[in-house]
Amino acid sequence: MKEKGKQIESASLDDSLIVKKVRGRFGKSVIETTIFCGEVTHVVDKDVLIDVCDFVKREPDLQFNFLSDVLGVDCRETLSCFEVVYHLYSIPFKNRLRIKVRVREDETVPSVTSLWRSADFAERETFDMFGIVFEGHPNLKRIYMPMEWEGYPLRKDYPLTGFKDRYNPFGVEKKT
Amino acid sequence: MGLIDIKEGNVLFTTLDTIVSWGRQSSLWPLTFGLACCAIEMIATGCSRYDTDRFGIVFRPSPRQSDVMIVAGTMTKKMAPAVKRLYEQMPEPKWVIAMGGCASAGGPFNTYSVVQGTHLVVPVDVYIPGCPPRPEAFMYGILQLQEKIKREMPSIMPSVLSRLKI
Repeated sequence: MKEKGKQIESASLDDSLIVKKVRGRFGKSVIETTIFCGEVTHVVDKDVLIDVCDFVKREPDLQFNFLSDVLGVDCRETLSCFEVVYHLYSIPFKNRLRIKVRVREDETVPSVTSLWRSADFAERETFDMFGIVFEGHPNLKRIYMPMEWEGYPLRKDYPLTGFKDRYNPFGVEKKT
Repeated sequence: MGLIDIKEGNVLFTTLDTIVSWGRQSSLWPLTFGLACCAIEMIATGCSRYDTDRFGIVFRPSPRQSDVMIVAGTMTKKMAPAVKRLYEQMPEPKWVIAMGGCASAGGPFNTYSVVQGTHLVVPVDVYIPGCPPRPEAFMYGILQLQEKIKREMPSIMPSVLSRLKI
């Protein structure tokens, strides 16, 4: 087993296997790569997302066979798009990897449920909170909020206190 | 109340209201209804150390057998219809205790998903402050409810009157 401290030191933009393999295979489709606390983040093009995920899952040296979470980030103010972040974990190598895709409000993201079954609920949560549509998802509907809920609560333009209704007299008045 | 000694046993005089209220306050069966961390304090109160059984409080698993609903914890907007339905399933007479800050007024969660107080869903009789309230505070709330029930007049309660169409 690798020592944790050593692993953090050795991870740099050049010599990390996760960086080399992915960048070597996908080249310019990898928009940005950062390393923070020894963990690699690849920002990839939306079109190659499924290919990148399939590659890091099946490549014998990487084997990211566990999808911890899928989440959204509303960065419309800075990047004028949403980000979808995939947290991956390699059970055999004990490595972590983040894959990000940037998606505009009118675009959809391909679903990774065909690769990891755990993406089912995680993508539903991201849809529920941000309204990001995952194409190819078998059952894309709300998971936390009631089915008849309007709006996507974790978007930046959604008020924290919610809208005024019979259950919340302190909410923001809804503009009509 | 009055007591008359006669040869074979005693006779107790009281009003119907008093004796019915006494019966009700001495056998409050709450609906087990834990929504969040307050439920843990409610469970602790029901267990042997604090022992609500000595007040005649026996937790019931069904609203049909319950007299008092203890809303213990944060109520979300998604949960609110279920709370309302369970309240409506309880037979009259029924009371509601809002336990803790969240059930009383939303607590720290002035957010899009949390109901800002149980009174927005069902009528509340007793509010218990605390986050969560200690079992002592919870028992004090129950005693307050018992005091309230003691002062009720079942024979002229509006709900009874409406049923009888008087």
